[in-house]
Amino acid sequence: MDTLLGLENITKAFDGLAANDRISLDIRRAEIHALLGENGAGKTTLMNVLYGLYHPDGGQIRLRGEVVRFSSPKDAIRNGIGMVHQHFMLIPAFTVAENIVLGLGSVSRPLLDLDSAEEKIQRLSRDYGLDVDPSAQVCNLSVGAQQRVEIIKALYRGADLLILDEPTSVLTPQEVDDLFGVLRRFVDEGHSVIFITHKLDEVMQISDRVSVLRDGKVVATVNTADTTKEELARMMVGREIIFRVDKEPMTPGETVLEVRGLEVDTEDERCSVDLQGISLSVRRHEILGIAGVGGNGQSELAGAVVGLFKPTAGKITILGQDIADRRTRGVVKLNVGRIPEDRQAQGLVPDFTITENLISTHFFEPPLSRRTFLNFPVIGKLVSRLIGEYDIRPPRPTLLAKQMSGGNQQKLILARELYRNPELIVAVQPTRGLDVGATEYIYKELLRHRERGAAVLLISTELEEILTLSDRIAVMFGGEALGTREAGEATIEEIGLLMAGVRPEQQGEGVKSP
Amino acid sequence: MRREWSEAIVSAVFSLAPVWAVLGALLLGGVFIAAAGINPLDAYGVLLQGAFGSLSGFGLTIQKTVPLLFAGLGVAFAFRCGLFNIGGEGQLYMGALLGGWLALSFTDLPAPILLPAVLVASFIGGGIWGAIPGLLRAKWNMSEIITTILMNYIGFWFVSLMLHGPLQESRGYYPQSEILPQASWLPIIWPAARVHVGIFLALLVAAAVYVVMWRTTIGYQIRAVGSNPQAAEYSGIPVVRSMVLAMFVSGGLMGLAGAAEILGVQHRLSDFFSPGYGFDGIAVALLGYTHPVGVTLAAVFFGGLRAGFNAVQRTEGLPLALAQVVQGLTLILVVASVSLPRLRAHLLRRKEATGAARSD
Amino acid sequence: MLQGLIEFFTAAFFAAGVRLATPLIFSAIGGIFSERSGVVNIGLEGMMLTGAFAGVVGAFYTGNAWLGVLIAMAGGALMALIHAFLSVTIRGDQIVSGAAINILGLGLTTYSLRIIWGLQDKPRVAGFAVWKIPVLGDIPFIGEVLFQHIPLVYLAFILVPVAHFVLFRTSWGLSLRSVGEHPKAADTLGISVLRTRYICVLISGALAGLGGAFLSIGQLHTFLENMSAGRGFIALAALIFGKWMPVRTLAACLLFGSAQAAIVRIPALNYSVSPQLLSMFPYLLTLLTFVGLVGKTTPPAAVGTPYVKE
Repeated sequence: MDTLLGLENITKAFDGLAANDRISLDIRRAEIHALLGENGAGKTTLMNVLYGLYHPDGGQIRLRGEVVRFSSPKDAIRNGIGMVHQHFMLIPAFTVAENIVLGLGSVSRPLLDLDSAEEKIQRLSRDYGLDVDPSAQVCNLSVGAQQRVEIIKALYRGADLLILDEPTSVLTPQEVDDLFGVLRRFVDEGHSVIFITHKLDEVMQISDRVSVLRDGKVVATVNTADTTKEELARMMVGREIIFRVDKEPMTPGETVLEVRGLEVDTEDERCSVDLQGISLSVRRHEILGIAGVGGNGQSELAGAVVGLFKPTAGKITILGQDIADRRTRGVVKLNVGRIPEDRQAQGLVPDFTITENLISTHFFEPPLSRRTFLNFPVIGKLVSRLIGEYDIRPPRPTLLAKQMSGGNQQKLILARELYRNPELIVAVQPTRGLDVGATEYIYKELLRHRERGAAVLLISTELEEILTLSDRIAVMFGGEALGTREAGEATIEEIGLLMAGVRPEQQGEGVKSP
Repeated sequence: MRREWSEAIVSAVFSLAPVWAVLGALLLGGVFIAAAGINPLDAYGVLLQGAFGSLSGFGLTIQKTVPLLFAGLGVAFAFRCGLFNIGGEGQLYMGALLGGWLALSFTDLPAPILLPAVLVASFIGGGIWGAIPGLLRAKWNMSEIITTILMNYIGFWFVSLMLHGPLQESRGYYPQSEILPQASWLPIIWPAARVHVGIFLALLVAAAVYVVMWRTTIGYQIRAVGSNPQAAEYSGIPVVRSMVLAMFVSGGLMGLAGAAEILGVQHRLSDFFSPGYGFDGIAVALLGYTHPVGVTLAAVFFGGLRAGFNAVQRTEGLPLALAQVVQGLTLILVVASVSLPRLRAHLLRRKEATGAARSD
Repeated sequence: MLQGLIEFFTAAFFAAGVRLATPLIFSAIGGIFSERSGVVNIGLEGMMLTGAFAGVVGAFYTGNAWLGVLIAMAGGALMALIHAFLSVTIRGDQIVSGAAINILGLGLTTYSLRIIWGLQDKPRVAGFAVWKIPVLGDIPFIGEVLFQHIPLVYLAFILVPVAHFVLFRTSWGLSLRSVGEHPKAADTLGISVLRTRYICVLISGALAGLGGAFLSIGQLHTFLENMSAGRGFIALAALIFGKWMPVRTLAACLLFGSAQAAIVRIPALNYSVSPQLLSMFPYLLTLLTFVGLVGKTTPPAAVGTPYVKE
């Protein structure tokens, strides 16, 4: 039989929102099947369902013709499914061999036999061209090497279907080629691969078929040879713009934020992306929108601009002031309003009340405090005012932040950061997880401040948000900023291609020759 | 509507958790009393009588409450910053050492100068001993649990070293200091019950802790760091400084516990002068849910327990150790009762299939 | 000076060091299992004390020292069960739980002692006879130091390589270590984090109880109030000093045991090194090592954090 795996009407919802909405697709034997989609399209959720990490709310999985139910990854592994997660599941303190044989012991075989394990690992390594040193400690390995370990881990357990979740986002071009060689060899033996990605170049290069996901649904499944990058981009990204907001055309004023040659080299290789020489500027009365799929350096850029990270090279100036020696409080003092990526981890102290959260950036100064004593009357007045102005619900100053809805939490953050009419606003994913009403409110606020004269740096993975609000658009990919355009001039296609890593020079090539 | 009611009842039950923990511990304690062949109700009657029923008993309760209250406030203060101060014992000793040394060095100073000076010295001594692990944790993320436990022993033995050497009484027989100058003693304010002014001091300090924690910028920063260090940093709060300060104050409060004991009760510094107040502070702080009001009540409870069981030992012949049994049981039940609501909420969430959706 | 050193470091001295190290070894190895699986256990003191008492009660009523030892291990494990329940199932604060175990252990053992034997009387149990190992026990100097002890001492020394073997040469040992390092990864490979942690905490309790049995049945042949006297904490320091590895922990325990032996020996020889300084020494040394090895003294990565299955 040609079909190895069938996903039939898989549905999975969180908090009432369907991450997977009646998804049906099939994976054939000996094929590399790409799963393409933006952030939030539902790719990883679907794979987690397949791997037994989530239980589907509806639908079923058919493996080699039989309906299967996986209650845990162990079941999936036993059935020949191996997964290489985006965030590696390796024990840094262990060696490669130890990581690979972990959990494979039993009562009949209690002893750790690393020697024969090493033999088998080296055999697999040779057969598939995966260069690993079984005795090396994982924490000393490069990210690419760690990924090879994860792959061997799956092969060691007899994987017939290999799922890779955004595997190339952490690889060098050379390593990407090596990976593709490995996958080709794997498939030549009759096994299958599911390749989750947002990068069109790779889809065209390596896959046999591609399924495009959008908003939890399958848009289409096509043979790679029969489609083009442009067509895929359109399927992946194209949608109606829902919101109509009144955006007055404005003449930009002086430059408020200037970033030149910014390089950030974070220690954490696995979880973050190094910035390589970013330059951009944002002026008064304008919104610069930074588009891009998550994980391409957006957090690092935002972090550097607000003083959380120290740049390893380059210069950031706000209203002429170099912020190199300033940390967060120093940047705040320059009248910068920041809307962070993660409401709950960065933007709010969940166990604090609305009042306490509203004063968290300026509590140490008058009028909010006087010689270390908090000035409650003044604070109380400010809080009432802000609750009213920003329509924070429920309007109880003693309510704990964690008891509020996402939209109201965001309004709280907005109130705190924007009530002083900041000169520069840095907003990262401002409408993540919010409903239509809250989203519209935030758009209106950002535009209002833009009109007032603030400069706004908007970083978002939601393309329509960028298109709705921005005056100019830049795209981040792999730690670089590609192609800044005036909003009016850019097409969705063009931006979609940039987001997927196709540089401006390469666009317009038409159907790629095999 | 019905769901709201049941939720409200559940919340009410959970918020009375410390009461349940105490009752539960007393109940289980009753089992142990019965195992000794004595009627638990009789025993508990004597307990109440002994702790609060007579003047001398009440005095003993107050006397024991003082160091427990200081220690409990100390642990609670650090806890609010997300730090676990198990080094109370060492800080207590070092604080008492510095204070005692000062008193013995300046025996001619009058009381209005010497007493406050000794108290401040005790605070500083304990504070430094607490700030060191605090710095190690804040800057280099070294577990304050391990460092404070180790410094308990180092502090204790250092004081012991001093008491076998430079600070030893002139008779040279026991490892204890000379009697401290009377000017440094905590005056007795209620002679009939032998209650010394330490209790008012402790209550004052409890009030001060409240004010600092909830009404000043310092307390705000400490609580923010304790609740969510990442968000605190994002808001511009200096995390390292807050942690070190919190441990300094915490240690200082422990030092005051030590001072209260040597200035109010024993009137000299001696080896092994603390029957474990540093560790008791943990139980007091947790039973009091790390809030000054709760901690005060918890300190009175444990103080009364100690005093009351004193009487129970005399009249019923039950070992004094029972007080510790009840204390341990209380702590276990408090841990359970604190964590159960969280656990329940988590299990409910999982049932509604609201897992952490990893974004694509 | 050389003469003085020879006088000091007699075989008897080292033999005493070995004896004093034994209870530390049991508790510390137990602690290693618990911590390696990700559960902080500062309640070793309480478990040890409980074991000491349970062992005496057992030996007293059965008349058999070995049965007493078994009951001691059960007593320690029982306390550990409370800790496991609070830490792993309820996901409560592991430090507080450990502290509670210590308080409860002290209270319960003292209380029970007085109830059963009254205020003045003490239980008396027969201990173990010294087993001199044939041939090895006759070697001059080393024989006295290592091979003329009661069987529990030998047990402790055998325990070390056994623990090492289990931790580093068996599949289960690898799994248990992975639970302490990265429970999520272990979970995705089908390893039961909860069950592994329960087992390891119970092991730590049983071994601590064994250490307590050595103190009560093995050494003093009775039970005294608070007879563990902080040894559970010293064991904790030893296992940190030993970087959570059995053999190094053994070395640390021997070091601490010798320091304790020295405390007794020094006054006997009229040396001027203060016993307080000596008592302080192990902790100071551990602290300095801990501080000096900033970043390099790494406990199991996930130790202390309850595992939340999503």
